[in-house]
Amino acid sequence: MGKRESMKIVIVGHVDHGKSTLIGRLLYDTGSLPPDRMEVIRKTCEEMGMPVEFAFVMDHLREERERGITIDTAQTFFNTPSRDYVIIDAPGHKEFMKNMITGASQAETSILVIDVDEGVQEQTKRHAYILGMLNLKKNILVMNKMDLVDYSRERFEEVRDEVTAFLKRLDITPSYIVPAVGTLGENFAKKSDKIPWYDGPTVFGALDALEKDKDISEKPLRMPVQDVYEVEGKRIIAGRIESGKLKDGEELVLLPEDIKVKITGVLEFNRERHSAEACESIGITISDDGTAKRGDLLSDPGNRPRTGKKIIATLFWMSPQAFDIGEKLTFRANTQETPCTVKEIMRRIDSSTLDVIEDNARVLKENEVGEILIECEKPVSFELFRFIPELGRFVLERGNDIVAGGIITHSL
Amino acid sequence: MDYLTELESKTIYVIREAYSRFDRIGMLWSIGKDSTSLLWMCRKAFFGEVPFPIIHIDTSYKFKEIYEFREKYAKEWNLDLKVARNDRAIDAGMGPDKGAKLDCCNALKTQALKDFLAELQLDAILLGIRRDEHGIRSKERYFSPRDEHFKWNYEDQPPELWDQFKSSTEGHDHLRVHPILHMTELDIWRYVKKEDLPVVDLYFAKNGKRYRSIGCACCCTTVDSDADDIDKIIHEIETTDVSERSGRAQDKEDAYTMQKLRALGYM
Repeated sequence: MGKRESMKIVIVGHVDHGKSTLIGRLLYDTGSLPPDRMEVIRKTCEEMGMPVEFAFVMDHLREERERGITIDTAQTFFNTPSRDYVIIDAPGHKEFMKNMITGASQAETSILVIDVDEGVQEQTKRHAYILGMLNLKKNILVMNKMDLVDYSRERFEEVRDEVTAFLKRLDITPSYIVPAVGTLGENFAKKSDKIPWYDGPTVFGALDALEKDKDISEKPLRMPVQDVYEVEGKRIIAGRIESGKLKDGEELVLLPEDIKVKITGVLEFNRERHSAEACESIGITISDDGTAKRGDLLSDPGNRPRTGKKIIATLFWMSPQAFDIGEKLTFRANTQETPCTVKEIMRRIDSSTLDVIEDNARVLKENEVGEILIECEKPVSFELFRFIPELGRFVLERGNDIVAGGIITHSL
Repeated sequence: MDYLTELESKTIYVIREAYSRFDRIGMLWSIGKDSTSLLWMCRKAFFGEVPFPIIHIDTSYKFKEIYEFREKYAKEWNLDLKVARNDRAIDAGMGPDKGAKLDCCNALKTQALKDFLAELQLDAILLGIRRDEHGIRSKERYFSPRDEHFKWNYEDQPPELWDQFKSSTEGHDHLRVHPILHMTELDIWRYVKKEDLPVVDLYFAKNGKRYRSIGCACCCTTVDSDADDIDKIIHEIETTDVSERSGRAQDKEDAYTMQKLRALGYM
């Protein structure tokens, strides 16, 4: 039971390319839509004078249904005989990009939906860019609405070549490319006899064949200190192990202070523990317990993270209020937090075309991407995103609002 | 790693973030399986002693089993239990038979919570809602700001990336924090089994009927079931095609009752 595997997938693609229908289909074919829920949807559609709309499974807000769009990300669940799945729905409209990113940042893998009739569109590209940025490089490309092109192999190949060429620039190679029809269920639960020229897996087959990421507990130990609690005279360091593992008696280094410490206890309420591994929210006691505080990082002493004030990153700007170079912002990465300024915008990029808008820019606007140099007021401990993603990503806050997300590409 | 440990770990992370970010927090305990699991994870987050008040919104119409369970575990787990009740409305005769369910929920739950939050001046409250319970709840954030009228601005929610959440109440009245948002009904029951948690007896079948979701006695109905222990409940949920809240009256009035309730500050 506990050993069952679960996989979180985000569904992305251009407006009206069939994301919600695809989700409805996944739920329907796995029997995950209770008849009473379907009945409520049927009734609502009837009252609105429209045919049954699969999109209403996810689009629950009245505003979404009346306008026929997805405003915010939602999550739902289904399972196949081999796995549990969490589906994350992401809005396709440009004005809801922050909601799309919120959804996608919680995913492990993705399905990119493309209407073969329409081909690659603006949001196809922008969403693909986000997938690349979030390191969601294992994905399935669903070439939807094959019925609209009479199941034409030629059209399929034409659009496929266009998409894969674009994805290649983002270093994304789809694991599977499936021609399908969401509304009719062609190539979902079973192979479509209307597409005899395709011999790959169905959408479900492709999903079950996607492999989970390698175990992060094999990487060096990184445990950000989330808080310190006094319990029965002991100072317990609370935090989540982001990578690696730890055990009783082990020596660690506390950063940025650079203090050698020894683990004197691994603690979980109501259970005896002597070790813990990546992803666990745990408590430990250490030999020198006077200095540790929120924002510190416990590390493997022989394999330390990078530490410094200057970071080179790729940043996605999400706020409608543009940002000017030199503006004071707050840098937040895991439990670390420090004031910072962006010193340089080396390149300003249009996220939907990947075209460079300008070099050495001074501003970034909503939905634009920047390759930037950040200077933090205090030194931070981090990793390059490609090595340990959990330690290589951050957000920027302006006042009290999160306005940008970034990944660390280089250090200085 | 065991997937239940991963889900628990995320929940504990969120609980600790809320505690670390805000001075005055509390948790709403409806005494159902979800908020009891959340309460257990609060105990785990702080190694036994929960360092904030646990609030029960009492409509006075709850099942007697719920009151018994509350008293027993409040004592056993050494909780700082606070009971919030809108006595004025109750004395004035507000109840489920008086007009629309929406009005009753609003007066006895939402208003009771409003009065109580104002009294305790809380910045953030933890709630045990889950995404799979209802389509509207599937749209929620982990940290969700509410204004002084408890309004939820669902058309413009703050971004949440990589466990970086909204961290200030400035410009808002308080934040709702949802640490078990990612868990499903099935996850909760598997977790109850794994951690050997107590739950109110009403969940277990008697004479071929059981409650899948509990709240006010008058507004909950049973489902047909022979599941009289946890394993049987898990098996039932794995195979059922009836949705969890099918027995909850307030979901039924029209398609958007839940949206209206939540927009007004309902849990």
